[in-house]
This record gives sequence, C-alpha cells and structure tokens, in this order.
Amino acid sequence: MPIVPEFTPTPEIKKPGNLFEHDEIKMKTVKLTIDGREVKAPEGTSILEASRSVGIEIPSLCYLKGINEIGSCRVCLVEVEIKGVRTLQASCVYPVFEGLTVYTNSPRARRVRRTMVELLLSDHHRECTTCVRNLNCELQNVADDLGIRNIKYTGEMNDIPIFNDNPFIIRDYNKCIKCRRCEAICSKVQEVNVYSGLGRGFEMKVAPAFMQDLSKVACITCGQCVIACPTGSLVEKECIESVWEALEDKDKYVVVQTAPSIQVTLGESFGYPVGTIVTGKLVAALRRLGFDQVFATDFSADLTIMEEANELLERLDGHGKLPLLSSCSPGWVKFCEHFYPEFIENLSSCKSPHEMFGALTKTYFAEKQGLDPEKIVVVAIMPCTAKKFEAARPEFGTKHYKDVDWVLTTRELARMIRQAGIKFHDLPDEDYDTPLGIASGAGAIFGSTGGVIEAAVRTAYYLTTGKEMDLLDYYEFRGISGLKEMEVELKGQTIKVAIAHGTGNARRLLDRLRAGEKFHYAEIMACPGGCVGGGGQPIFGTRDHKEISLNYRHNRADALDRIDYSKELRRAHENPSVKKLYEEYLGHPLSDRARELLHTYYTPRGKLPGFELENLYGESSKYLH
Amino acid sequence: MEEATKQEQFHDEQIIIPPMTETEIKHKKRSTEKTKDHKYIELDKVLERYRGQKGELIRVLHSAQKIFGYLPQEVQAYVALKMDIPVSEVNGVVTFYTLFVTEPKGKHSVNVCMGTACYVKGASEIIDKLKEELKLDAQETSTDGLFTVRSTRCIGACGMAPVMTVDEEVHGRLNPADLTGILKKYQEQDAGEKYEHDQVN
Repeated sequence: MPIVPEFTPTPEIKKPGNLFEHDEIKMKTVKLTIDGREVKAPEGTSILEASRSVGIEIPSLCYLKGINEIGSCRVCLVEVEIKGVRTLQASCVYPVFEGLTVYTNSPRARRVRRTMVELLLSDHHRECTTCVRNLNCELQNVADDLGIRNIKYTGEMNDIPIFNDNPFIIRDYNKCIKCRRCEAICSKVQEVNVYSGLGRGFEMKVAPAFMQDLSKVACITCGQCVIACPTGSLVEKECIESVWEALEDKDKYVVVQTAPSIQVTLGESFGYPVGTIVTGKLVAALRRLGFDQVFATDFSADLTIMEEANELLERLDGHGKLPLLSSCSPGWVKFCEHFYPEFIENLSSCKSPHEMFGALTKTYFAEKQGLDPEKIVVVAIMPCTAKKFEAARPEFGTKHYKDVDWVLTTRELARMIRQAGIKFHDLPDEDYDTPLGIASGAGAIFGSTGGVIEAAVRTAYYLTTGKEMDLLDYYEFRGISGLKEMEVELKGQTIKVAIAHGTGNARRLLDRLRAGEKFHYAEIMACPGGCVGGGGQPIFGTRDHKEISLNYRHNRADALDRIDYSKELRRAHENPSVKKLYEEYLGHPLSDRARELLHTYYTPRGKLPGFELENLYGESSKYLH
Repeated sequence: MEEATKQEQFHDEQIIIPPMTETEIKHKKRSTEKTKDHKYIELDKVLERYRGQKGELIRVLHSAQKIFGYLPQEVQAYVALKMDIPVSEVNGVVTFYTLFVTEPKGKHSVNVCMGTACYVKGASEIIDKLKEELKLDAQETSTDGLFTVRSTRCIGACGMAPVMTVDEEVHGRLNPADLTGILKKYQEQDAGEKYEHDQVN
C-alpha cells in the first residue's frame, strides 16, 4: 500500500535548490536598512532576495532566480536612498551594499508599481474567467495584491490570432506580458533557443523566428516555457473534451495509464505538500472518472528496462553503436533529431514506456480480453507536453490505430477531477488493475533523473551474473548534478555511464562525445530533474508558490525514491506481469515480435526545418576552398 | 468491408509523387540560374572574413543586405547556420534595427523626416499624400517597384521642415501638393527602362 502522509493545510516546503550548481562563493556580508529594519545580506545579492529573506514580499513578474534577471517588467520597483536622494530602482537587479537604505512600502513605490501593472493589464486580454490559468496566474495575483480596481489606461491593444497549429503548445500573444521568461528558460537552461524578442516597442513579441508556429521550428516540445510563463500566454493544448467523449461512448473501451511521476505530483494540484505520494487516490479518481481499466506506465517502464538492458548487452557485444543513449524522453529524442543527428543510431530503438504500453494494450491485452483493438482508447496521463507530440508521430501505431490516443498532462487530469466534482481529499486508496498495473520500484524511479540507468543496471547486472546486485551501491546515480558520470562493473568489464538532464546539459555531454570521448551508456532527460520537472507538471502561480515548479523537483524525486524503497519488487526482471508477458506473447527480449511492437526508428529533422539550406550550404561552400 | 480493404491496398501500391514544394522549386531554379547563386558566393566571402569572431552579426547582416538588397528569411537562416547563431536571434536583430529590411526595396527610397520640427510642420500629411499617390496600404513599396516610402528620425534639416529625401536628394519646405510633381520627375527618368524587382529568386 502506498504511504500517504496526513494532509496538512499549511504545507511546509523545503527551500528550493539553486537551479544552477555554481560554486558557492563566500561573499562579504553587508548591512542595509529595509523599511527601517536592519538586514544582513551577502554583498551583491539583489534587494529583492534580501527582502524576501526577511519576510518582506516585493511583487515580481519577469524575475526567475538564476534564469531571468533582466529587470524588464518594473513590477518590483522600490525606493532606494543614497546620500539623502531617493530614486526608484528595480529591486530584482539592484545589488545591495553597505549602508544602503531601501523603502519597499512607501506611497511612491506602491503607486508606481500599481501604474506598471495597470500598463501591463492595459494590453492584456483579460479573459480571466475562461483562461486556463485562472486562479493560478501570477499577473492576476499581483494585480490583486496591489488592489487594482480599474485601469486608467485605454489605448491600443494587440489583437493577434492564437497560434495553435500543433498538438502540444498553444501561444496566445494577447496574454503575453513580455517578461521573456520563456525565452530565458529555452535558451539558458534548455539551450534550444526557440524564442527571441522580435521587433521593437509596442510591436515587440517574444516569438520563434519569423513568428512561426512552434511546429515549424526546431522546438523540442518539452514545455519548460509553459511552466515558466506567468500568465496564460503559453499553455498546453488541452484534449480533455476528447477524453470525456471517449468515456461517454458506450462502444469504446477506455484504458488509462499513469506515468510514474504523476503519483508524486498530482497531489500538489489539490493542496498537498510537494512530494506527497497520492498513488491510491490517483487510481481511485481515475476509476470514478469512468476509465474501464486503470494501469501504470511503471509496468511498461519495467518492460522498457528488459528491452533496453538487453540492447545494452547486445551493443557491448559489438552489435550496434556505443554509447547507447536512452530514448524514453521524447523531448530529448526530438532534440537529438534536430541538433545532433549523427547520434540517431546511438539512440535506443526502444519506444518510450507509454508508447510500449499503448502498443501492448491494443495487441496483447486486446487479445487476452477478446476486444477489438480499434475500439480500445488508450489515454496516457503524462508529466509532459512532448508526449503529446510523440503520440502524434506517425510511426507510433498501425494503419488502423494510434498506439496512444490521447495524452493528458498532470494539470489536465487535475482539471478533469475538478470538473467531475470528485473530492480528491476524501478518496480512498485503491490499487491499480492487473496485469498491466503491476510494477517494480525500478519502474517508479524512471520519473526522475538517473532512474533509467539505475533500473537498467540493476537488471543488466542480473542478466550477466545471475545474481542480484546490492542496491545500496548505486545511490550515486541519484542526486541533482546536471551531468554525472561514473563507472559500473558489467560483464567483467568496466563500463562508463553518464546521466544528463535538461537539454543544456545534454549538449555538454554530446559535445564531449563528438570530441571523441568514450562512454558506453548514457541516460538523457529533456527536462531538468527528469519527468518530475516535466513541462506538464503542476504550475505554481499562486502566492505561496512563487518559484517555478522545477525548483521543487528534488522533493518530488525523493518521493519517487520512497515509492521504490517501499516496494517489495525492486528490479524490473522480477515483475511477474512482465515475465508472464514474455512467456505468453513476446517470447524473449528483442524477439521479432518485441522488435515489431516495442521498438521504433528516428528521423533527422535539421536545425532549421523548412529551409533547404544544407544543399545550398554545400553548394556554395565549395567555392570557399 | 472487404472492398474497403482492397481499395486501401490499391491505394498503398500506387506511387504518388508529391508536387514540388515551393522551396524545392526555388532551389531547382537557383541551381540552374548561375547568375543568382553568385550572391551566396559573395555572402560566403563575407562570412569567411568574420568567421569565428564574436559580435559581428550586425556587420554580416549589413553586408548581406548590400548583396541581396534586402534580408529574406532564407538569407537570415543561412547566416544563422553559417555563424552558428540561433535563427531566432538573427531574426530578432533584423527586426530590431530599422536599417534592415525584410522586403525587397524599390529603386528609389523615399524617407520622410518625422523629427519634431517636421512633424509639427505636417510631415504626417506628406506621408498620407505619398501613400495615396503611390497606392500604398500596409506595404512600403509601390507595386511598380519604383518607390519605397519610410519615415525616419530627424535628419538635421529642421530649417527646411517638412523635409523628405529621395535617395540622396533633399526636398524641403514641402507641401502635399508638390509631391505629384516630384514623383513624376523620377517616374519620367525611369520611363523606358522598366525596372524589375531586385529579387533573389
């Protein structure tokens, strides 16, 4: 039975870790005065951070600690007094020094902040009641905090059609406040560089090159921009209505699967503290929504491990390219296809767990239950916007059906539960259905960085030695460092493995591979922290949760580890349902049938899709030499 | 049911050649037209000169605009690829500075000064009249490719306000009524030699 701590109404959150692991430099501490109080802070920290550290809240919008410190929205203006002269300064970018005097709550500071927010609102489509981010919007909260009751400024307003020509992310420029947080996270953390400020002045838009839709540019669909957006300008493409329709349809048999990380993040949407395990309530809620079978993607994560561990051993024997690169993160796969096509052959041919699950549901499970695969609807609850893209890839499915029909993010599931009037807190704890709901702890830790490698090594060790390895040895796989490497003994040889999360770190690893460094196996996750920091996870836009959700990924990852510890089954190859599946249906890992159902292929997509520059590049570059 | 499957199979066997996309057509055209490709060779020379140097994007774009006459998307993407700069950033720079244009320019560039003095003396009426004369709506270039009308910041000839320049020539103390005559002068100059748009493709 999963452990669910008692619900506490005032959640206590651990101080989030810094997103960038730069070395802590010991800095001089200075004394300054904020609102008449003497405050000590390290020299060079911003007024905003110094104030927040002593419980003085200054509103902010464009500020994301360590990622976006540009002082552009001017919502955090405070009065700074130097030699008796008071000036207005953006507190998020103004460094503190000895003897500084700051007034955060003077009439002038309050007045100008209000003016700034009013100006932002004067060019913002204020459709709060119908907005996806209603009650979870930072702009809405700031406006409320400042007590804005009317907007003095009436002037020109942008009216731009909504960009939604893709299955994953919707962009509404009319709600954009030009804080550039999406741009910062995309270029500094993910290093994909989709967004840039185009044009200038009132006309400026934070947009992909040439104002194209995200589907037309080299976007990896990870959804980090959605998490970073303070308003409803960037949101996932909802498919809640389609799922309701399928549930209503008497002819359809609707099967749902939940990704490992959902059980530790869904609770946040209902006020549980970050890192609460709500597996039992999640299952109960899905049953009450009317799903015919409630299964766990953790099961197919176990299966992925069986396939991938065998693939690794095969490649170590000299069949196929090394290093083997994990392929369960669709954002990372797309990243590789766009920017590092020479490593496509290194990618594991395994489908990602939720696609494996879909393929098996419509074959193995359908046969077992005597169901017509075309009548089965597979819904996947994923922490991810990239899974929406992945499910729409034409290679996943047959001529007659898609492996996975609908992908809902954690946020969308929370909305469905609310729509259905289910009181989440009062739900009993229920168990997943069998057989595709049985999973080992190895499947659960797939949801955080390092988990895939740890799970695969547990199984590969058994496959080669016939012995179970001591689990305690491999704790070093976990933790928060962006790029980790270590050595593991397998098959009498020392293999070098690497773990990267966030595509910025992936770039660093791949550049080293390009330079000729040798690794045997690498796990790469597109999102910082792995799936627990995914683009589909709950967003903190409320007053109590000002940080973006990826700062909470450690608490979520710890919860997944707790699930792993609490399980009796901790290795993928021990999963009885997986064993049975191989006996009854697939034969053995990497069998022909397994290859047909569980494996896939990848396509190079080019850095600049839509431009046939490679030809041009080659053609005219020959004149250079 | 059976028939449907048959049809589907038949459909599968057919070899469908998709029509060429616009980019393909362009590309084919380019590879046959050697004269057009020389612009990219010119651009390559510029890129080679600045290769590996940081902060030279604006200079490269400036040269590219001189070579191509304007900066179409393809040229921006090409510069991005060769300089290893994200195309979004290149496009951001191009759209930020008014000196870069992304549409082909007309033969004569007409700049109407919008400085304070000219503005007070009725520069906006001049622009309106020009737009009316040349039948311009949102676009800046007349359909015959002869004129591109833009507004500029103060050009320092406030004593002659309102002022406009046509290429290097300055016309001061303007009255909307004068414009027809001025434009006619240039139109007559170019009569006979039909001007073609300076296009890459």
